[in-house]
Amino acid sequence: MPARSARSILPGFGLSLGFTIAYLSIIVLLPLSAAFLKTSGMTWAEFVQAVASPRVLASYRVSFGIAFLAAAVNAFFGLIVAWVLVRYKFPGKRVVDALVDLPFALPTAVAGIALTAIYARNGWAGFLEPLWAGGVGALTQWFPWVNWAEWIGLKIAFDRPGIFIALTFVGLPFVVRTLQPVLAELEPEFEEASATLGATRWQTIRKVILPEIVPALITGFAMAFARALGEYGSVVFIAGNMPMHSEITPLLIITKLEQYDYRGATAIAVVLLVASFTLLLLINLLQKWSRRHHKI
Amino acid sequence: MAAIVTQLQQSGRSHARAHPSRVTQDATWVRWTLTAVALLFLLGFLVLPLAAVFTESFRKALDVFKAVFPQEWTWQNLQTLLPEALRAGTTEYIKPFIDSDALSAIKLTLLTALIAVPANVVFGVAAAWCITKFSFRGKSVLITLIDLPFAVSPVIAGLIFVLLFGLQGWLGQFMNAENPWFPWLQQWLAEKDFKIIFATPGIILATIFITFPFVARELIPLMQAQGTDEEYAAVSLGASGWQTFWRVTLPNIKWGLFYGVILCNARAMGEFGAVSVVSGHIRGETNTMPLHVEILYNEYQFSAAFAIASLLALLAIVTLVLKSLVEWAHSRTQT
Repeated sequence: MPARSARSILPGFGLSLGFTIAYLSIIVLLPLSAAFLKTSGMTWAEFVQAVASPRVLASYRVSFGIAFLAAAVNAFFGLIVAWVLVRYKFPGKRVVDALVDLPFALPTAVAGIALTAIYARNGWAGFLEPLWAGGVGALTQWFPWVNWAEWIGLKIAFDRPGIFIALTFVGLPFVVRTLQPVLAELEPEFEEASATLGATRWQTIRKVILPEIVPALITGFAMAFARALGEYGSVVFIAGNMPMHSEITPLLIITKLEQYDYRGATAIAVVLLVASFTLLLLINLLQKWSRRHHKI
Repeated sequence: MAAIVTQLQQSGRSHARAHPSRVTQDATWVRWTLTAVALLFLLGFLVLPLAAVFTESFRKALDVFKAVFPQEWTWQNLQTLLPEALRAGTTEYIKPFIDSDALSAIKLTLLTALIAVPANVVFGVAAAWCITKFSFRGKSVLITLIDLPFAVSPVIAGLIFVLLFGLQGWLGQFMNAENPWFPWLQQWLAEKDFKIIFATPGIILATIFITFPFVARELIPLMQAQGTDEEYAAVSLGASGWQTFWRVTLPNIKWGLFYGVILCNARAMGEFGAVSVVSGHIRGETNTMPLHVEILYNEYQFSAAFAIASLLALLAIVTLVLKSLVEWAHSRTQT
C-alpha cells in the first residue's frame, strides 16, 4: 500500500506519528530492550543455569500449570456466564454484567488480601479445607492407581489451591468479555434453520453455535492465561510462597532482585517475556481468524 | 485486553435483542440451571471478595461501637449512647487514614495518577489520530506494539526500569563513571541527589508503562468506526487542524475518551506489582496506597490494612458505576 498519507488533507500526521513513536520508544521499547540487552551479556551456560535451576523450573511448573488450569476453568464458567448474560433475562442483570469487570478495576493487592481472608482456615470459606482434604482422601481410595502424592495435605489458602483461586479471579472477565459480543451477534436464523431441519437443541448448540464461538473462546482463554502468568499482586498474599512448592515465577524474579542478582532476575524475566509475547502473537492471529470467520 | 473492553460497548446494546422463537430458546430447567451456575460462580469469585473487604474493614470499628453501645435498644440508650457510640466507631474507622504514612501514601497515589493519566491521554489521542485518520506502512505493527505492556508481567515492568535507572543500571554507571561523557550533567545530578529508582519518578514511570495502552486501545476502534468524513468536511470548509480536532473529533470521541480515562485511572491508582519493584518501600516517602496496604497487612494490622483497602475497593466500585453509566449514555445516543 503506497503512503496515501501524503495526499490526505487532514493535518497533523507527522506530529502525531512522531510523538506516538517517540513516546512508545521511550516508555516501552527502550526499557524492554534493556532486559534483552542485559541477558545478551551472559554466556549461554550462565543463562541456562539462571533459567533452568531446579527452583526456577519448579516455579515454571507452578506458574504455567496453575495459570493454565485457572484459564481453563474460566473458559468453562465464562462461557456459561456469557451465555446467561446474552440470552437470558433475570432481575439485576445489569448489575451482574457490570460486576464482571471487577477484577479489572479492583487493585490486585486488595483482591489478594480479600481472597486470603475468605479462604483462610478461620475465614468464611474455611469450611472448604476439611471438605477438600476429605475429597482428595476419597479420590485416593477410589483411584489408587493415580499418583495423588502432590494433592495430599494441600491447604487452600497459603498453598497451591490459593494460587488457583487468585488466578481464576484475575482472569475471570476475559472469556466473558470476548464471548459476549460474538454470542450477541449470532443470527437466530441459523438456530431456527437447524431446528427446522430436525436437530435437537443439544445438536444445534454443538454443531451450529459452538463452532461459531470457538475462536473467541480460545482468544479469551489465551488472554486469561497470559494475564494469570504474569500476575503477582493477588497471588503473593494467598500463595504461602514456599520455594519449590508454591512459588510463582514473578515472585522468584523479585526474590532474585532483592538478592541483587540482577542477571538471574533478568534471565527469568526474558523467559517469561518470550512466553507472553508468543501468547500475544497467538491472540492477534486468533482475532484475525475470528474476524475472517465472521465475515463469511 | 482493552480490545474486549471496547467490545463491551457493542455488547451492551445487543443485550436487548429478544429471541422470540421457541426453538431457539433453551428448556426452562436448562435456563434455571445455567443461570444458577453462572450466578454462583460470580458470587463466589466477585461478590464474596468485595463483601470481605468491607466486612473486615468495619470489624474493629464495630467492636468499638458495641463496647460503647449496650445490647438493649431502649429509647433512652438510643438517645444518650448512640451518638457517642457512632462517634467512637467512626473515629476507629478513620484512624488508619489520618496516620501520616497513610496520608503520604494517598498523596503519592494521587500524584502518580495525576501525571500518568494525562500523559497517556495525550499519547492515546495522538496515536489514535495517526492510526485512524491516515494510512501508512507498518500500522498493524504499531497497533501490536501499543498492546505490548498488557502482555508484560507487572513485575517485569518494574524490573526493566530498575535495569535502566537503578544503581547497577545505565544511570548508575553514568553517575559512578570516572570520565563521564557529560561531567557537568553528572555533577548537577549528584548535587541534586537525583534518583529515579526507589523514588517518585520511578513509581510514575512504571505506572505510565502499565497504563500505557488503555486510552489508545479505547479510542482506536471507536475512531476507526467513525471514519474521516466529518473531519474532511470540516477541513474543506476551512477549519484549521486544531479547530477540526476540538470541534469535530473530540465531541465524537468524548465518551470513549472518558471510558479510557477512568479505566486508566483505576489501574494507575491500584497498580501493585510494578510499583512494588521500583518503590523500595520507604515509609512516608515512596509508598503508594496498595503498598501501604501490603505493609500494614504484613505487620498484622489487619483492620487498618482492610480500611485502606476499602477505600481502594470503593474506587473500583465508582469506576464500575461510571463505566456502566457511560455505556448507558453511549447506547442512548446511538439509538
